[in-house]
Amino acid sequence: MDRRKSIKALLVGGVAGGALLEACNTADKKTEANAAAAETSAYANDVTRMQEEKDYMKGLSPANFFTPDELATITVLGDIIIPRDEVSGSASDAKVAEFIEFIVKDKPEHQTPLRGGLRWLDLHSLEKFEKPFKDLTEKQQLEIVDSIAYPKKAKPEDKQGVTFFTLMRNLTLTGFYTTEIGFKDLGYVGNRPNQWNGVPDEVLKQYNLAYTDKELKECISFDTPTPLAKT
Amino acid sequence: MGTLQIKKSAKKYDAIIVGSGAGGGMAAYVLSQAGLKVALVEAGPMFDPAVNSAQLKNPWESPRRGASTKFRPFGDFDGAWHGWEIEGEPYTKSEGTRWDWFRPRMIGGRTNHWGRISLRFGPKDFKRKSYDGLGDDWPIGYEDVKPYYDKIDKLIGVFGTNEGLPNDPDGIFLPPPKPRLHELFIKKSATGIGIPVIPSRLSILTKQINKDRGACFFCSQCGRSCKVYGDFSSSSVLVKPALATGNVDLFTNAMAREVLTDKEGLATGVSYIDKTDLQEYQVYGRTVVLAGSTCETARLLLNSKSQRHPNGLINSSDVVGKYLHDSTGAGMSGIVPALFDRKRYNEDGVGGLHVYTPWWLDNKKLDFPRGYHIEYGGGMHMPSYGFSWGIEKNQEKVLIRGEHKEPGGYGKSLKEDVRYLFGAGIGMAGRGEAVPRIDNYCQIDPDGVVDKYGIPVLRFNVKHSDYEINQAKHMNETFKEIMHNMGAIVTSKENSKDNLWGLDNPGNVIHEAGTARMGNDPKTSALNKFNQGHDCKNLFCVDGSAFVSQGDKNITWTILALSMRASEYIVDEMKKNNI
Repeated sequence: MDRRKSIKALLVGGVAGGALLEACNTADKKTEANAAAAETSAYANDVTRMQEEKDYMKGLSPANFFTPDELATITVLGDIIIPRDEVSGSASDAKVAEFIEFIVKDKPEHQTPLRGGLRWLDLHSLEKFEKPFKDLTEKQQLEIVDSIAYPKKAKPEDKQGVTFFTLMRNLTLTGFYTTEIGFKDLGYVGNRPNQWNGVPDEVLKQYNLAYTDKELKECISFDTPTPLAKT
Repeated sequence: MGTLQIKKSAKKYDAIIVGSGAGGGMAAYVLSQAGLKVALVEAGPMFDPAVNSAQLKNPWESPRRGASTKFRPFGDFDGAWHGWEIEGEPYTKSEGTRWDWFRPRMIGGRTNHWGRISLRFGPKDFKRKSYDGLGDDWPIGYEDVKPYYDKIDKLIGVFGTNEGLPNDPDGIFLPPPKPRLHELFIKKSATGIGIPVIPSRLSILTKQINKDRGACFFCSQCGRSCKVYGDFSSSSVLVKPALATGNVDLFTNAMAREVLTDKEGLATGVSYIDKTDLQEYQVYGRTVVLAGSTCETARLLLNSKSQRHPNGLINSSDVVGKYLHDSTGAGMSGIVPALFDRKRYNEDGVGGLHVYTPWWLDNKKLDFPRGYHIEYGGGMHMPSYGFSWGIEKNQEKVLIRGEHKEPGGYGKSLKEDVRYLFGAGIGMAGRGEAVPRIDNYCQIDPDGVVDKYGIPVLRFNVKHSDYEINQAKHMNETFKEIMHNMGAIVTSKENSKDNLWGLDNPGNVIHEAGTARMGNDPKTSALNKFNQGHDCKNLFCVDGSAFVSQGDKNITWTILALSMRASEYIVDEMKKNNI
């Protein structure tokens, strides 16, 4: 069922239904736009925002924190961490670098670890292959990444690289899976009006579980079973 | 700023209510329905969930992907405006003590985002001293409050089941939602070792109860506040209908400064600063009802000094600010290997837990005097900022597709791991009763600290005792047992005596109560059994400040019941011209 219809079907009360439909419409429209960099003007007119938040957003510098070279390196690293595969796209498809650019302004505690980590990576690359990281061959890049991507087996002298790469992995995973591409990759099918009718039978059987008679008698039931997501 | 003047309202109200959360909203609702003229004074702006909620927004509609900010400590879409930190509104703590103070500023207060866990106190909860000799008994018992619990169950709506438990009373319940998959796992594990797990009791409408509010559509986002009013927020369920009577004048962005009194010591009104024009105002009424939250109420009382009330209003007993206590809290998280690689479907459900564990043991056999309940979390949550953060720590602790993987990594295999682990996490949180003590208190900061409006601020002086620490230790042992019995792996850090068994800072659970407690003896209590000031008969406190103790229950349902009871008493006493 399409989202608008399903909401209409569910909002039997009718109260505030208009407001909710409005919200869903906006949401649908916005997903088409580049979401990573929300426009300050849209923010300023957002009724879900309090004045102090609007003032804060207005106060954030419109200039990028990262240099073009830094952003290019973040993009390369992002696509190494989340490459395109048979299920979904890459970090750059999901505009993860743009998200990281925003989040370091919003959470300045990430600025120095990322800037310093990027510098560590480039110096390390220069020492080893005489070029900054983004200009290395894929094979060379992966050789360096392999030395810093596994905290338990990395060499002690690469500790700074490990710390940096771990933060990059965290930000990239978070940035990727909080997009539409990420939702689809994960198979997350919630955040929409529905009628929770319990764990689907097929799943109960898989785990050898069943609702008790007491639960079936006392809990709210609906006509349609909770559907499994299409894979 | 021109010449500073105090603007006095010409209109005299029947009641001035400070605060629009559970207590203030209920007072506004009852008094306005009874035809009284009410001034509702709220420190924050207007908030109507139908208009202002961020319900159903996706994480990519937040530039920070739902991360928290100081403006929204519970995430960028959360229904609480402000919280732990408000610019220009500090508070202080005595050295070596802890306190976290959550202060939403908006119509409806913290009820816009709260967990909707709506538990009645049981008979024992009103008479703790009679059972264990600690603290004090309430001047009222369950039988006094039961009719009001019944009324609010019907008025507001709450789901649950009648279980016939001795200290977790039955109610008038809507049907609860069926347990989610991880909740079935938890139930099987816990009940297998003698720990009961029953349907939760949340004020969420699994069925429509009137034409003004829609039924829940299972988006799990009560914390953002509900656009169809399918759950309880004071803003939507109490303040909105109160305003519709035409009997309520709303004063938003109005930060109360002081309760005004006359020569006889009776309350005559409230002075406040309007945050939008920074002018000083006074508004007058026949009664004053305080409900700005437990600690703001204490602050207001202590700041309302006069010749008749030199120690602050209703404070001849010197108990105002004292006996401050919060629910205890400790938690544990884990991961359930049986849930790896699970089938996908929408299991958002209602906002919060579908099952919980009420207190089940006898404290006489334990080394701590009061109980706790357990709240459970888990499932295939919508990703937001922080999703998969620290995945290397989970990879290290589990077998992935039957194999030990080198933790960390990148690329295709990392994506596979994220999918494999999704929805396998669970969490448990204990919420327990602390013993209220006279030496846990807030007071007006003795060093003269003021906020940006010139209002003297609070200094807190609260410490956990061994009662709370031992209780938290027990929570840890219980959680571990449930986790192990279901084959779960604990992922949160190991607690010990050194970190007080992971006990949250007092205040952090946001169930604070006790600063103007009720009692029969004016020497040891600030309010009588109708939430009415012993020293000032037209002054009422209807928030958590009136509580003698808080049980192993969340306190909102009891705040609502007592506020309704006090408000009906006010209407009655006014009719009789007693106030």
